[in-house]
Amino acid sequence: MSPFGFLRKDQPEVEEREKADSGFLVFENTSEVIQAENLLKKKGWKIRVMGPPPEIRKGCDLVIEFPLIEELKITKILQDAGIPSLQAVPVTNPLLQPVDLFQIKDFGRHLMVQAANMKLTVDKESLTIVNISGGGCPDVPYLAEQMVGKNLNEAPAPREIGHTLCGYALQLAYEEIRRRCLQS
Amino acid sequence: MLAVVGTVPDHEFPLLAGRVTLENGDICIQGRRVIVKRGTPALLASAIKVGETLSQEEPFGYLVGDIGRGEGSQQLYKYLAKHLSQTDFHIIAFHYIQPLIGWHNRILSVIEKMKKRPILVADAGYMYVAKMSGRSDAYDLFTPDVGELAFLADELAPHPFYTRGFLLHEENRVSDLITRAYVHRNASKYLLVKGRKDYVANKNGVQAIIDSPLEEAMEAIGGTGDTLTGIVAALIATGIDIREAAITASNVNRLAGVYAHPTPATQVREIIHHIPKALGEILSGNQEGEA
Repeated sequence: MSPFGFLRKDQPEVEEREKADSGFLVFENTSEVIQAENLLKKKGWKIRVMGPPPEIRKGCDLVIEFPLIEELKITKILQDAGIPSLQAVPVTNPLLQPVDLFQIKDFGRHLMVQAANMKLTVDKESLTIVNISGGGCPDVPYLAEQMVGKNLNEAPAPREIGHTLCGYALQLAYEEIRRRCLQS
Repeated sequence: MLAVVGTVPDHEFPLLAGRVTLENGDICIQGRRVIVKRGTPALLASAIKVGETLSQEEPFGYLVGDIGRGEGSQQLYKYLAKHLSQTDFHIIAFHYIQPLIGWHNRILSVIEKMKKRPILVADAGYMYVAKMSGRSDAYDLFTPDVGELAFLADELAPHPFYTRGFLLHEENRVSDLITRAYVHRNASKYLLVKGRKDYVANKNGVQAIIDSPLEEAMEAIGGTGDTLTGIVAALIATGIDIREAAITASNVNRLAGVYAHPTPATQVREIIHHIPKALGEILSGNQEGEA
């Protein structure tokens, strides 16, 4: 399963947990959140990426929501993998949900998918990524440099080289456009 | 004089401050050359094109390499906190930079103590952090697209990634989103909202709508928002008021797009090339979009 599959409309909703049963893990930066998410999902943990509460918000942030009762096991896995969390905190208020809507625009030869503030456009015949637009975090121009002009099958995935919420949003657009262009 | 603060997508690029010039389509600062693809280099290249056309001086750039890890941005914030108070720019445009609330507030506090407060324009990551910090009203102009406007209108969202669904992509409700952004004090004094239609607004509502010419492909082209911010910032630097600059910039950006005969695969560099011709035409003719 894709590490970002929880956001896909065609995936079943993640079961809502009681707030009292959930905690969230805080990391140094978004890159570590993405690594931790990949690792924990690969190991079968039911976790999800969410927005942090205001009191710990520094800027471009994500946290991982997890079943609080599993704190020891999960923090040990992360510690052993070299991506220790800074804090594990019980959830006392609802965490922010990432956007889960895709906007699709068909230009004929080109297809554009928008996820949150990021847009990815592909030539439907050659499968070349022709443009990336939107976003405001500094990895966006970098991701565009690394991906534009490359085939969808050869371009690096944003989650591999991105570091911010905009990079994370671009990953969603990338997965959706792959789903539409490579499975048709 | 216009100052531009932003990043370039090269981890090795050092922090540089100085005049920025355009040579064969690339921007140059302190002997370093950056190819213009999108982001802050596209903003600067557009501003330089406007300046050349209107015989204005080149912008001053504060640039650093950052590929999203934030180290470069932190270095830049630190440098600005130390040096900005010794400057007297007419306008500062803040652009692609890692949103860091603590540093943003420090920079704003430095600016608020300056003898002559510059006009403040924010786009991209700096617009995000201005809103995250609850200090949007300290800015004179934001240049969001419609999705980013929804983020400004959502009083709970700290980043466009968390904008609540009911506010997203309501292009036919732009004026409601604008009102909501002002009600919650999450808008700058003026907004230039870019999209199929561009809107110039302030706390009194929409002041102008610019909807032609329309090139559908522009939405897909990375950097067309950066060119708009560069054009409007350079126009404000000439001394004209923000409302007039925003309307003119919108017209110029749209017309430059038309001259490039764009497809969704067009690169923004091809559009920047046409800015002088579009600017000349708009300034010599009747402006469109007055409300």
